[in-house]
Amino acid sequence: MAEEVILLDFWASMFGMRTRIALAEKRIKYDYREEDLWNKSSLLLEMNPVHKKIPVLIHNGKPVCESLIQIEYIDEIWPDKNSLLPSDPYKRAHAKFWADFIDKKVNVTARKIWAKIGEEEEASKELIEILKTLENELGDKTYFGDETFGYVDIALIGFSSWFEVYDKYGNVNIESECPNLIAWAKRCLERESVAKALPKSEKITTFISELRKKLGFE
Amino acid sequence: MASGEVKLIGSWASVFVMRARIALHLKFISYEFLQETYGSKSELLLKSNPVHKKMPVLIHSDKPVCESNIIVQYIDDVWNSSGPSILPSHPYDRAIARFWAAYIDDKWFISLRSILTAQGEEETKAFIAQVEERTELLEKAFIDCSKGKLFFNGDHIGYLDIALGSFLGWLRVVELDANHKFLDETKTPSLTKWAERFCNDPAVKPIMPEITKLAEFARKLFPKPQG
Repeated sequence: MAEEVILLDFWASMFGMRTRIALAEKRIKYDYREEDLWNKSSLLLEMNPVHKKIPVLIHNGKPVCESLIQIEYIDEIWPDKNSLLPSDPYKRAHAKFWADFIDKKVNVTARKIWAKIGEEEEASKELIEILKTLENELGDKTYFGDETFGYVDIALIGFSSWFEVYDKYGNVNIESECPNLIAWAKRCLERESVAKALPKSEKITTFISELRKKLGFE
Repeated sequence: MASGEVKLIGSWASVFVMRARIALHLKFISYEFLQETYGSKSELLLKSNPVHKKMPVLIHSDKPVCESNIIVQYIDDVWNSSGPSILPSHPYDRAIARFWAAYIDDKWFISLRSILTAQGEEETKAFIAQVEERTELLEKAFIDCSKGKLFFNGDHIGYLDIALGSFLGWLRVVELDANHKFLDETKTPSLTKWAERFCNDPAVKPIMPEITKLAEFARKLFPKPQG
């Protein structure tokens, strides 16, 4: 059966990057459609009426929403190449725990650094603590999944393209605070799926700078 | 893999702990229930869940699993030949079940809890309206997911039934506190019937907390301001 796979996404979204990476790891051909978040398409609103957010994966006309759910779906639908989640139930639960931690903590805190005025200092301290917890979990493993690149790596790596933004507006230096995490990010970027999915940091920093001007922050 | 001692750190009043207990009951797993004392956290809890320091924690052969929805999926994975399947079999249905379970925790529950902590009538009314709207979405989700059958998961209770159903005791407490029904035959006919079926399921009935006991506990957790 001919597969139709569409991804509604936004180039700078660290969540969209997850799905791009997962699809690339599985060598799935798909139609990438860039959304204007300030003028959302009728397709996006129809496919994700509850949250009206990207990314939305549309597989043979049926939408799957939420990036972590999309990774699991992609892994289950196309199980033959590059497993994204461990097969062992305990390791799988462990991977889900850390991906859930990333979702609960990283963006919520990081957003306060650039999207608000007045909370940067506290938020950047909190972000460093969160990243250090993740660095601790990584330990001296090659990837979060140990020898295999997988679910937790995919959940986190997109944020690395935003580290320059957090450094700039949070007045921190993530590289000096979390050197092992930065080394991990560089290893991930050696993978083609990641290198193609992540925009250059400078592009994101420029985008955020312009956005902040529009919001009247500078 | 399915052998090994099972312990669950939790409390009778916790929605999230209840999810794990229902899953264990569905799979006929014997476990030691280690109840936490309200107001303090045991050393075992802090050691088993150092990141969040929260219950439930499932300890299987001395290895901890944290986060209620993750625990439920773990139980389904490990004891896959015991009892009914908790997650749907088709990947798309699984994705939908996971989507709504996330919605319940991230959106629906947050507004529900906000009713208990709301300051003043205006705020309370706003949160009530929000819960109404979100419950309507869940009514539609039930119709879509159940496909005419008794539960979100079809013939047997499953992941999404557990995700929402474990809230039914607390939902009743909030309804009584706010003097407002969210589940009723006119607004949410399918969910109302489902709720009764869920509460009467043999895996659920013995552990659904008594409403008066829960309401009393709620008053301790969410004291009303004086005056």
